[in-house]
Amino acid sequence: MSTIAIISMIVSAGLLVFIVALTRQRKIREQYALIWLAVGFLILVFSIFNKLLDFLARLAGIYYAPSVLIVLMVFFGMVLGIHFTLVISKLAEDNKKLIQEIGLLKNRIETLEKGR
Amino acid sequence: MSHPITMLIVIPAFNEAESIGPLLERLQKEGHADVLVVDDGSTDGTGETVRKAGVSLISLPINLGIGGAVQTGFLYALENHYDIAVQMDGDGQHDSAYLEDLIRPILQDQADVVIGSRFIEKTGFQSSFPRRTGIKILQFLNYLLTGRQFTDCTSGFRAYHSKAVSFLSENYSVDFPEPEALIAMSKKGFRILEVPVVMKGRAAGTSSIHGLKSFYYVSKVFISIVFEYFRRST
Repeated sequence: MSTIAIISMIVSAGLLVFIVALTRQRKIREQYALIWLAVGFLILVFSIFNKLLDFLARLAGIYYAPSVLIVLMVFFGMVLGIHFTLVISKLAEDNKKLIQEIGLLKNRIETLEKGR
Repeated sequence: MSHPITMLIVIPAFNEAESIGPLLERLQKEGHADVLVVDDGSTDGTGETVRKAGVSLISLPINLGIGGAVQTGFLYALENHYDIAVQMDGDGQHDSAYLEDLIRPILQDQADVVIGSRFIEKTGFQSSFPRRTGIKILQFLNYLLTGRQFTDCTSGFRAYHSKAVSFLSENYSVDFPEPEALIAMSKKGFRILEVPVVMKGRAAGTSSIHGLKSFYYVSKVFISIVFEYFRRST
């Protein structure tokens, strides 16, 4: 087994442990932990069965096998980015509604207090 | 509308402490009792000025952007069952003398939305050249998508029937909402009318849109308008 395979095994195992620890401490929500666990798991699989990468490369007609990894990483990064944009947009919308509601409530409280 | 018609004037304000006082004073002198200022997280004491003037105030704890502030006013108008809501800038550009003109088409059941346009009679403050160019571009896009010529689609001097208020309370973007709201409302079938008004330059303070932000403004609004057009109506 090559050195790089061992290193990537250690790194991916570390990533998995890290994600699990964060999720256990409720620092990451389970729904977001899922995607990272999948990534860690995939890297682990690829580093153990390094023939898999060559197989995928041949399948896709890529001559230099490691570039499959790069393609996958870029793709994953984009998917994750879009996912985060979705989450942020939803948060921003919820946040806006809360701010407006607070404003309305403050106004109502002031009006009520004036009336007493 | 059988009962006496109620009208709320919504004034979004972000750091307008200097210009909002005189405006509120004038509105009170003219007998407009129902005025609401939505203070969009100002840091210059705008809220205090409004409170001292004895005008209703909603102060948002965090700055939302003009659309978010105005929408809060719509929510307030809806909660308090106003028949008409008028949106008016807090910087003194909009002249309360035109309020009558603005709401008349709604009272006469000729329109649901009335926009005060400074470009129908082309008098008064006409804005700078780059801005007029930006407005022209948006106007052309609006024309392509709705087949209607709005001369002043960015104008924030508007009157809305409660039906439109109810719609906008759920569909209004936080920043630069005016042009895209026109598309959404045309698609929804609201009757939109423009009436001529004369606008003044700002009384005090600086505009929120300048420099690089203008480019962002035009591109953001451009994209929003296109998306609004292709969005399925809810």
